[in-house]
Parts: sequence; structure tokens; C-alpha cells
Amino acid sequence: MGEQVGYTPLIKADRLAKALGLGEVWLKNDTVNYPTLSFKDRVVSVALSRSIEMGFDVVACASTGNLANSVAANAAAAGLTSFVFIPSDLEVGKVLGSLVYGTNVIPVDGTYDKVNRLCSEVADKYNWAFANVNIRPYYAEGSKTMAFEIAEQLGWRIPDNIVVPMAGGSLITKIHKAFNEFRKLGLVEDTPCRIFGAQAENCSPIVTAVKNGSDLIKPVENPDTIVKSLAIGNPADGFYAYHVMESTGGYGENPTDAETVAGIKLLGETEGIFAETAGGVTVSATKRLVESGKLSKDSSVVLCITGNGLKTREVLEGTYHVHDAIQPTLSDVVGLMDSLKNSSNQKVEEAAWA
Amino acid sequence: MGIKVLIPTPLRNLTNEKESVEVNGANVAEVFDSLEAQHPGLKERLVDDAGELRRFVNVYVNQEDVRFKEGKDTVLSDGDELSIVPAIAGGR
Ligand SMILES: Cc1ncc(COP(=O)(O)O)c(C=O)c1O
Repeated sequence: MGEQVGYTPLIKADRLAKALGLGEVWLKNDTVNYPTLSFKDRVVSVALSRSIEMGFDVVACASTGNLANSVAANAAAAGLTSFVFIPSDLEVGKVLGSLVYGTNVIPVDGTYDKVNRLCSEVADKYNWAFANVNIRPYYAEGSKTMAFEIAEQLGWRIPDNIVVPMAGGSLITKIHKAFNEFRKLGLVEDTPCRIFGAQAENCSPIVTAVKNGSDLIKPVENPDTIVKSLAIGNPADGFYAYHVMESTGGYGENPTDAETVAGIKLLGETEGIFAETAGGVTVSATKRLVESGKLSKDSSVVLCITGNGLKTREVLEGTYHVHDAIQPTLSDVVGLMDSLKNSSNQKVEEAAWA
Repeated sequence: MGIKVLIPTPLRNLTNEKESVEVNGANVAEVFDSLEAQHPGLKERLVDDAGELRRFVNVYVNQEDVRFKEGKDTVLSDGDELSIVPAIAGGR
């Protein structure tokens, strides 16, 4: 399954670096991962390949959206039946982005954590391969390719710093594991990499633990954030994610929703990449890390941009001024240009950070 | 009628493969004691020496995580359903 998955671009982001006050910044651009435009295609290609080897006919998942899209698409391509369980309040783009593949979408009233608990019980009852429940060890290994590719694309070296969005905390843990495996194999020099984690303010159990310096992860009962892809209140791998950040000298940041929207816009305006909310969290967390002095100009930073903005368009609604329609005449364009000259309205909107 | 406890697959070797077990108990801790009496070995898989829930064990009473209630002291009444769900994580 999934031979086409991965090997997404690693982009040198000089304009974003300048805006953030950093030197060398790279973006691992999984907004264009094949086939469903998020890093989850990596984990699903491994989980479904293994499910097929083990003889499962039905695959499933508990998802905050992106995983559901990927399970649905890859199951369709493999001719498997699939069931995707999601919180009933997900973005339209994420729901349609599953339905189109002919999967069975099961919306559940309640938070992701309730969906996840339900799926654990369902996995005990039916003989289905749940990508992130009973097949999770394989799913988790799939995340490693993101770090393998980063090291390869940097010319077989490990970056000085990496910023990773966290939901359940699996991706960040496996990025750490992958760099260690390359070090051990001698494919890269054994240089240190500080690993930083990003979550949304209103659902940041792992970042809160890091800031408190305690690996006791206090679950969040009712996550209330626009960053639905990361809204896991009871992160299964939180304990491990904590220790990855702590042991590498990294840290965690948890920007507000307003900062997240500003981060999405900054990434779009400086690098031409439209990321979903998780990408906005990663960019705005990086900005905070620069402001607090944890990241500086003298070392390289990779940002993991893990999902596509077309899936979470609603967070930008009402935040842009669109010009009134003009007539198809040259004089209307000239008139518009004159009025633009007199307004400051073309300036990058930075309200959230002002 | 007592408390219906849902047993996850990894623990069913301790319950003769039963998916659920009926026990008595006025709170979560008492239910664990009753479980231990019926199926020796179960309790130590759920709580540590101090009686606190293990890190990767989630317990729900009627779908609510007991950590958002009173933890092991969460009060139960006849007919309640207690679900044990291991958090599947790690594999570093
Ligand atoms: C876009 C995006 N980025 C990052 C993550 C975080 O993944 P993890 O649960 O491995 O921490 C998710 C998880 O749903 C996601 O959808």
C-alpha cells in the first residue's frame, strides 16, 4: 500500500525565516502528501499494508479528520471496506474528504477522546483493523519516514532544531526515534537536535506538562479550539512526547487560536504554502520560541507542516477584505489602483500579533 | 444487579475470555477489589502499589473518564457500566 506516499518537498524558507527573525529555516511540506494532503498518509500506508498482510478485510480508525481521509482513500485504493469514526463537529472539508472515497463515516457526539474510547471497545468486539488502536504500533512507525526524508533532503544531516505539531504525541516521538536510527546506522553524523512540540492553547496537555516540568499529563476534558486536528485531550503518547522534548533540550509552545490564524497567513504570504490549522500552530509556536530566546538565528530549524489548508478553510472566513466587483473596464481598474494607493489595507494583517 | 465491567482483549486471559464481568462495589476502588476476588491478577494490571490508576490505563464510568470525576473514589450505583481501556502508545 502507498508506494506514492511521502517524499514531499523540503523547502528552504528564507522569507519566513526573515519574518520570524531566524537564520536557516526549512519547511517539510506535507500539505502536498499523496493522496490526502496530510502526513497521515505516511502512517496509513504502513498500517494498511500490515493489515492486509494480517488478513483483515475491514479497516477503521478514530480520527480528528486527517487520518479518516487517509484511511478512507487508501482503503478504497486497496479494495478494502472501511469505517471512520469522527467527532460530529469536524470541518466540512474533512467530512467530505472521507465520504468521497465511499467509506462509512460514523460521526459520534462527543470529543475525540470519546471517539477513541469507543473505538477501543469496537476493536474488541469486531475483527477490524483500527489503524490507530489495535494496529497502532505499525501506524506509529509510519511517522518515521518524515524524519528520514528530512535528514536525506538536508544532505544526510540532522537539523539543529525541529518544531512538530502534537495531538496524541506519536509523530514527535517517532521523529526522535527516526533520527536516532539514522545516527546509529551512521547515515548521519551524531549531531544533537532539539525537538520542540506545538499544541493549541485550549488543548495543550503535553505542552502544559513541559512548561510545568512534570511528566504527569493532565487530560483536557473539553478541548475548545479551531485546531480540531490536534484536539486530543488525553494524548496516548503524551508521556513519551514529554520526554522527547525534555531529553533533547527542546520545549513546548501553545499559541492561541488568533495566533494560529496569523501563522497560517504568514506562511501563505511568505512562502506560498496554504497550511491547515496544525500548520498555523507550528508557525506561531515557532514565533513564540524565537521571542522567548529558545530559538535563534545561529542554528537551523525545520518546521513540520503536516496538513493542507483547503481542509480547514472556515477558520479564514471573514478575516479578509475582498474588493467589490468591478466592471470589466480599464477605467475601473485604474480607479481601484488609485483607491488602493490611498489605503493601507494591502498591508499584511498582523492584528493578532500586534 | 451490580456493576457491569467491560474487559479489554489484553486482560481477557484473566477472565476466562469473558468480555464483561458483573461485580459489586460502591466505588471504583471497591469494584477493582471485587474483580480481584473473582479473577486474581486483574487488579495489579490496573493500579499501582499505592492503588492509583496506572499511567496507560483509562477507566470510564458510563462513558465518562474517571479522571474527570473522583478517580478511584468515583461513586458507583447498581446498573452502572465501567469500561477499562488500555491506552495504546509507545513502542519506541
Ligand atoms: C495535521 C496533523 N498534524 C499533526 C498531527 C499530530 O499527530 P500525533 O497524534 O501523532 O501527535 C495530526 C493528528 O491528527 C494532524 O492531523
